[in-house]
Amino acid sequence: MHKTLKKLTGRNESYVFLILLALGLLIQIRSGQFFTGNNLVDIASAMIVPGMFAVGAFLVLISGGIDVSFPALASLAAYATTKSLLDAGYVGGVWLPILMALVIGAILGAFNGLFIGYFDLNAMIITLGASSVFKGFMQGTLESKQLAVIPTGMKAFGTSALFTATNRVSGITSRMPVAFLVFVAVVAVAWFLLNKTYFGRGIYAIGGNPASAKAAGFNVKRTKFFVFVIVGMISAVAGVIRVCMMQQCHPTNMLGMEMNIIAGVVLGGTAITGGAGTLTGCMLGTLLIVMVENSMILIGVPTTWKDVFVGALIVIGTGISAMQVKRASHAADKAKKITGKEAV
Amino acid sequence: MAQALLKAVDINKSFAGVHALKNVSLEIMPGEIHCLAGENGCGKSTLIKIISGVYERDSGTIEFNGKQLGKINPIDAITNGIQVIYQDFSVFPNLTVMENLALNTELAAKRRVVSRKRMRRIAEEAVAKINFQVDLDQLVGNLSVAEKQMVAISRALMFNAKLIIMDEPTTALTKKEVQALFQIILKLKEQGIAILFVSHKLDEVFEISERFTIFRSGELVVTGRTADLNEQKFTYYMTGREFQNKPFTAEKVTEAPILSVRDLGLEGHFADISFDLRGGEILGITGLLDSGRSELALTLFGVRPATSGQILRSGKEVSIRSPRDAIRSKIGFVPEDRLSEGLFLPQSIADNIVISEIDKLRTAHRTFDEKKRQAEIDKWVKELAIATPNPDNACATLSGGNQQRVVLAKWLACNPDVLILNGPTVGVDIGSKHDIHAFLQGLARDAGMGIILISDDLPEVIGNCSRLLVLKDGRVTFESSTQDLKEPTILSHMM
Repeated sequence: MHKTLKKLTGRNESYVFLILLALGLLIQIRSGQFFTGNNLVDIASAMIVPGMFAVGAFLVLISGGIDVSFPALASLAAYATTKSLLDAGYVGGVWLPILMALVIGAILGAFNGLFIGYFDLNAMIITLGASSVFKGFMQGTLESKQLAVIPTGMKAFGTSALFTATNRVSGITSRMPVAFLVFVAVVAVAWFLLNKTYFGRGIYAIGGNPASAKAAGFNVKRTKFFVFVIVGMISAVAGVIRVCMMQQCHPTNMLGMEMNIIAGVVLGGTAITGGAGTLTGCMLGTLLIVMVENSMILIGVPTTWKDVFVGALIVIGTGISAMQVKRASHAADKAKKITGKEAV
Repeated sequence: MAQALLKAVDINKSFAGVHALKNVSLEIMPGEIHCLAGENGCGKSTLIKIISGVYERDSGTIEFNGKQLGKINPIDAITNGIQVIYQDFSVFPNLTVMENLALNTELAAKRRVVSRKRMRRIAEEAVAKINFQVDLDQLVGNLSVAEKQMVAISRALMFNAKLIIMDEPTTALTKKEVQALFQIILKLKEQGIAILFVSHKLDEVFEISERFTIFRSGELVVTGRTADLNEQKFTYYMTGREFQNKPFTAEKVTEAPILSVRDLGLEGHFADISFDLRGGEILGITGLLDSGRSELALTLFGVRPATSGQILRSGKEVSIRSPRDAIRSKIGFVPEDRLSEGLFLPQSIADNIVISEIDKLRTAHRTFDEKKRQAEIDKWVKELAIATPNPDNACATLSGGNQQRVVLAKWLACNPDVLILNGPTVGVDIGSKHDIHAFLQGLARDAGMGIILISDDLPEVIGNCSRLLVLKDGRVTFESSTQDLKEPTILSHMM
């Protein structure tokens, strides 16, 4: 019992969770609107797309890389899917768009993975470049513009609800989209991959020490390649889901999301240097960002100030965890010294 | 004679036209402790990598355990019973001890799905082999260097290893830990496992190995029984040069001390340290890793300002709260870890040399004086015989010994009266080590500099210092002239 408690207090996730709780209580006290069914459903719904992006960003960070191209990748995949299905007069269900997004995402991810995995080039540089290429391709070759109409299947998927929550006081209702299940599935698969397969342990191993990973028998290049393929697939699906949920396709609307997503992941305790972090932490960190982005209005903070709050949260949050690491190693040093002296 | 376990014959390897190995051969008997020695860049690492399947050989044959090995990859080497423990131990600091131990086995068995139960069993089995007590759920990053090494050794033993190659295994270990390692090596030998021990440390070669092989610039120089080897021969084989080891005697010692320390203390590290240093003498300070010797050096140079006591320069009290203060008081410092504290590795050798005297390289218009800079650089490259085709090359291109010369040049360019060196020859090849020693002795003898040499290499302090202080638990336990001083005496005050 004592051991588990110690383990919990030593972990970043616990602090993020406490901050989440504190923020929730604060909003509740100020507005009385936080712990209402519809608000919670709204937050869960707002979490779907950022949450899926975060899983992708998390995978790459764990492997020791970084990906800043996923919003552009998602935009391109979603736009290409929506546009081609519209042109073809597609009237079927959501399965085909998702499948198409998976394929396009895998191809675009493979583009990143080829350069970063097999040619061993810097992930930051490649994905920055890839981001421009994807965006340029979408705007140039596909001549992207806002699509106010989307295929009926996607439209239906975007409005279908698992259940609806109604606020007893104001009477506002919020739908829990079916897409939430996709998000849950992505998290579950990622968790299984990372914790229960040697491919996933390999991602951690590579992030910890690529040379050792190679010596231990991991195929470092292939693993890195597939990480980017998987991230491409997850991001592309997230892109299509966003289009479904918005009921229209806005090609540039997702661009620029990468920084807050990565910040959320790091806030959840994932090491920016790779190898360390948990999916739980990643989700909590992302949830914190989503909550701040969506709920500040409830405590009367004007939306224009939202960015300041998110920014401050990132600085303070990551700063505190960095300080903790420093203090912990310092304390360990001191402990060693003292016990060493007593032993003599 | 028994059949050799490993027989590598006429191995050749070139990298981009550089002939790294020229027809070298190596023979290791079953259950033998064999030492492979040679200076940096002599080709020993290349040979290890060829034996372990990391590099492909250009020509030559390798026979292992009676079987010809053709083109092999690292996994083949492991399945054949060849294990390498690299200097960085190839561990994953971010994973638990259990995972570190079990991953290789699981991957070799081509498993795809993780079973923590099976991993734990593998790990428990592995640590039991060398009776290694460790918390399997601890992150490897939290272990000490010696423990990390034990993790690497335990892991290596799981594959029915017949030959374990240890690449400079003692580099980061304390004396006690080295002894513990040697015990384990002997235990492995009892189990019939051959050890190829790569080192350039003379005392270790003598202590642990039965036979030795020495390489120099990619060629085999000699191979034989360690019993037939002595220090002079070893050094000669390694460097191809003869060195006269003259113990240092202080000749022109100044009357008054140039640096005095009175009751100096740094909370948690050392206390009540007092000594005098006169110009022209070399004062040795030794002690175990946690004796406070390194902290004392940092305090004298102002990196970690003292919390009590006084420092006097030529009888006048000075306040040394920062390296800048120390430099102003004409104190120079060659730090312990030249890579992280002493050098700007990606920058040029030239810039590294002039960095500390940059204030003096100014023209009348307060702009940078290129001519003066070049003159300084040429002077120091020549003076310290820094082996480089071009001082504008990055410092990282130099060998350890030459890098240390650059650190020395940097401080000497500032014209210090007192020079403090912490472990100046750690990781430096023998040739450079001798040159550095000779140079330091020259500085004291001819330039009348006062030198403080901090080191746990006892032959180094005995041979190069005129006086010696021994620290233990942050206090001076022994002070003596080094004349007729023997190692056991020093050790008894250290432990």
